[in-house]
Amino acid sequence: MKYDNRAWLFLVPALAVMALSAFIPLMTVVNYSLHYIFSGSIPEFVGFANFVDVMRDSAFRGALGRQLLFSVSILAVEIPLGIAIALSMPKKGIGVAISLVLLGIPLLIPYNVVGIVWRLFSQSDIGLIAEVLSWVGYEYNVSLDPVDAPVTLFLLDVWHWTPLVALLSYAGYLAIPDAFYRAAEIDGASRWKVFRFVILPKLRPVLVLAFLLRFMDSFKIYAEPLLLTGGGPGNTTTFMSLFVARKAQSYELGYAGAASLIYLFIVIVMSYIFFQLLNKLGSGESQKA
Amino acid sequence: MRRDQKKLQKRYIFLIVYFILLFIPIYWMLITSLKYDTEILSGLTIFPKELTFKNYVEIFTSSTWMNSFRNSLTYVFLNVIIVLVVAIPGAYAFSRYNFLGDKHLFFWLLTNRMAPAAIFIVPFTELFFTLGIHDTHLAVALGHSLFNIPLAIWILEGFMSGIPKEIDETAFVDGYSFPHFFRKIFFPLVAPGIGVTAFFSFTFSWVELIIAKAATITEAKPVVVTLTVGIGAEGVKWGLLAAAGVLTIIPGAIVVYFVRNYMAKGFALGRV
Amino acid sequence: MATIQLIDVWHSYDLEEGKTKDPQYAVENINVTYENGLAVALLGPSGCGKTTLLKIISGLTTPSKGRVLFDGKDVTELSAKERHIAQVFQFPVVYDSMNVYGNIAFPLANDGVDSDTIRKRVYEVAEILEITSLLKVPAGKLNPADKQKVSLGRGIVRPDTAAVLLDEPLTVIDPKAQWGLRRKLKQVQEELDFTMIYVTHDQHEALTFAEQVTVMQVGKIDQTGSPKELHENPESMFIGYFIGSPGMNMMESSVDEEGTVKFNGTSFKISKKLAAQLLEHGNEFTFGIRPEYVQLSPEKTKNAVSGVVKLVEDTGAYKIVTATVDTLDVKSRAPEDMSISEGDTAWLSFPEEEVKFYKDGKKVI
Repeated sequence: MKYDNRAWLFLVPALAVMALSAFIPLMTVVNYSLHYIFSGSIPEFVGFANFVDVMRDSAFRGALGRQLLFSVSILAVEIPLGIAIALSMPKKGIGVAISLVLLGIPLLIPYNVVGIVWRLFSQSDIGLIAEVLSWVGYEYNVSLDPVDAPVTLFLLDVWHWTPLVALLSYAGYLAIPDAFYRAAEIDGASRWKVFRFVILPKLRPVLVLAFLLRFMDSFKIYAEPLLLTGGGPGNTTTFMSLFVARKAQSYELGYAGAASLIYLFIVIVMSYIFFQLLNKLGSGESQKA
Repeated sequence: MRRDQKKLQKRYIFLIVYFILLFIPIYWMLITSLKYDTEILSGLTIFPKELTFKNYVEIFTSSTWMNSFRNSLTYVFLNVIIVLVVAIPGAYAFSRYNFLGDKHLFFWLLTNRMAPAAIFIVPFTELFFTLGIHDTHLAVALGHSLFNIPLAIWILEGFMSGIPKEIDETAFVDGYSFPHFFRKIFFPLVAPGIGVTAFFSFTFSWVELIIAKAATITEAKPVVVTLTVGIGAEGVKWGLLAAAGVLTIIPGAIVVYFVRNYMAKGFALGRV
Repeated sequence: MATIQLIDVWHSYDLEEGKTKDPQYAVENINVTYENGLAVALLGPSGCGKTTLLKIISGLTTPSKGRVLFDGKDVTELSAKERHIAQVFQFPVVYDSMNVYGNIAFPLANDGVDSDTIRKRVYEVAEILEITSLLKVPAGKLNPADKQKVSLGRGIVRPDTAAVLLDEPLTVIDPKAQWGLRRKLKQVQEELDFTMIYVTHDQHEALTFAEQVTVMQVGKIDQTGSPKELHENPESMFIGYFIGSPGMNMMESSVDEEGTVKFNGTSFKISKKLAAQLLEHGNEFTFGIRPEYVQLSPEKTKNAVSGVVKLVEDTGAYKIVTATVDTLDVKSRAPEDMSISEGDTAWLSFPEEEVKFYKDGKKVI
C-alpha cells in the first residue's frame, strides 16, 4: 500500500478548525476532571479522584444504565423502520421530491421546539396522547408515571429521528443499479432473498453510518427530556447528557469533567466495536464449499 | 403487471400512513399557534374554535424575535460555508490518497460528534471570551463545526469515492492545473454530494441549542435560545411558542425545497 | 438450448411510457433467426438498438409489436426466468455478501435443487471457467474479470439454460484481461454448445468471436451473416465502413451505358453488362472497394486512375497506401517490397468483381 502523505496538506484547514472547536475545549474538560473545583475557591489538583468518585456513584451508574437501555431501544426501532420507509418511497417522479421534503421537516425542528410540542402533546389534561389513551381506558400521566415518561421520550425520538435513517437508507437504496434486480429476477430469487442478498448488502455502508450516528447522538439527548419531563418523574428520564449537565451547572465541574470523559470513552469504545463488527458482517457470508 | 401494481398500492399505503403519523405533531403545533391561550388551556380541540394570528403578530413585531431569526440564519449559513470549505479538501484527501493513519483519523473525526455538548458549555464560553468572539455569529459557527465537519467529510468522501480516479488522472495528463481541474471537472460531478452535505450541515446547525446558548448572550442570540424564553414563571406560553416553532421550520423547509433537486440527484447518484 | 426467432419485432420506449403520439422506435422491423448453439454477435455503434434487442430476446423487455419464438414456441409474454435465459451485464453483477460458491449455487438453490446435485454442478461449472480455486472467496473481493466469470457461471449453472446473453461484458475489464476473458467465453460456448448472443460495438471483438454477426444501425438490422460474408459482401455502406481495418473505400460516382464510371474528375471502365444492370436503378451510385482489393502500381496500368501518394503506413506485413485522387483519399494495400513513397504518382485499378455499388446506403450490386 503506497502512502502519499501529501494528503495531510488537504486536511490542514479541517484540522485547524477542529483543533479550535474540539481539541482546546476537550483539554479544558480534561483539566477540570483532574481538579477539585468548588465555586469561589482555587481549583485543587486531585489526580484521578474524580474518576473514582464518578464510577462509585450509583446515580452515575443509574443514569448510564438508563441511557444504554434508551439507546438500544431506539436503535432497534429506528433502523428497521427507517429502512422500511426508504424502501416504500417512490424511486422517481415528483413523489421523490415530495417525500424528501416531508421527511426532512422533522429534522429541521429545533430540539427544544420538539420538546415543547411533545410536552403539549403529553399534558394529561389538554394533550392528545392522554385523550387517545383514555379511549382504551389507560390513564396516561407523563409527569408522574415512571413508565409513561421514558416511553413517551422513546416515541419522541423515534418520531424525530427515523427520518434521518430513512433519508440515508433511501440514498443508498437509489444507488443500487437496476441490473442487480434483473439478475436476481433471472436467478429466481424471492422478494425476501432480493432484500437479503441485493438490497441489504448494498445498504451496508449507509446503515453503518446511520447506526453510528444514532447511537452517538442518542447519548447526547438533552433539550427534549429537559422540556418534556425535566428528567423525571424521579430520574426515569435522566440520561447521561442531562446528568452531566446538571453536575456542571451546579459547579461540580471536576465531577462533571470526569463523568463526561468516562462516558465519552464508553461511547467511543462501543462505537468502534460496532464499526468493526458492522463492516466485517457484510463482507462474505460463506457457504459450505 | 397487476401483481406489481397491487404491491405498489400496499407500499404507498404504508408510506402515507407513516407521513400522516409524522405530521400529527406538526399539525398540532400549527393549530396551537393559531389558538388563543385560553382555548389551549381549557381542553383539547382538533380545530381552533377561534382562529387568531396574534401570536404571529407578536413575533413579527418583536425586534427580539426578528433579530433572533436573523442571527440564526446568519450563523447557520456561516457554518455551512466554513464546513464546506474545509471538508471538501479533507474528503478529497481521504478519497484519493492512502496516507499514514488515514483509517484511524477517519474514525477519530466521527468521535468528535460523540462529545456531550453539555460539558462544553463552560470551556466554549471561556474559549470564545479569550478569543474575543463571544456572542458573535462566528463563535456559534465555529462551535458547530465540531459536529458538522466530521459528518461532512464522511458524507463527501462517500460521494467522491463514487467518482472514478481515472477522471482525475486523465485531467492531469491533459495538462489541467489542480484548481482548474477541480473547478471545471470535479466540482460539477460532486455537486449533488455537496448539496446533500449542505443540507445535513444546515439542519444540524439550525437546530442545535447547547453550544448556541453557550456562545451567545444578546447580540447573536439565535431563535432556539429565544424560544426558551416562553417558559416562564407565568406558565408556558403555548401559543407563542407554537408560532415560533412553526416559523423555525419555514427557513429550513425553503432551503430543502431549493436543494431538493440536488438532493434527489445526490441520493440517486452516490453512496451517502 | 434453443433456436431463437424474432418476427416483425418493433419496440418503442415512448409507447412503453404511454406517449402514443409520434413514437420513436428503438428497434424497427426486426426479423432474424439464430440457430441453436450458435455464437452470435450484435454489432453496431452506440444507440443503434442492440441493447434493446438483447433485452427483447432475454425477456427483460416486452416488444411493442412482434413475436419472439424459442424453438418455435412463442415466448413473447414470458419473463426472462421463464424463458431460461441467462444474462451477463456490462458491469459485473455478483452477490457481494456470498462467496463464489454461493453465487453460482444461487439459481439452483432458488429452484429447490438438493444440495448434492448443487455441489456437483457448481464444481463442474467452476472447473470449466477455471475458478475452482476461488470458490471460497467472497464475491465482492474479486477483480472485475473474475466477477464476470462468476456472473457467467450463474448463467450456465442451470442445465436447461436456453441461451446466454451478454451485454458488452468486457466494458469495465482492464484491456490486459480482456483477451483472456474473451477467449474463455468462446471456449465455454464451444464446449457447452449453447446459443450465446453477445452485444458489442467493437467490430474486432464481434468478428473474432461470432459465427453469425448481426449489424445494426439506428434500430434496423443492416445485415446478418457470417463474418466472412460481412467482409466480402457488405449489404450496406455502413457495414463497408465499419468492418475491416481499414474500412472500405467509398466513392460517389455516376455510371453511363458505356460502362464508364465517373468519379472525382476521373473515370474507369466496367463491363457494359454490369452497367446495364446498374442503370436499372438510376445512374448515381456510391461504389465501394476494400483496400486489399485495390490494385496499386507505380506504373500506368490498364483501366487505372492516377493519384498522388499521400501517406504510406508500414504494418510489417504489408503497406497501407493512401493516395489522393482529386480530393478523395483512396486506401489500398501494397506488398511489403514495393517501393513507393509519399509524393509519387500511383495507379489504382478496381477489379470489377470486387467493386460493390450502393444506392442510398444499400447495396445494389
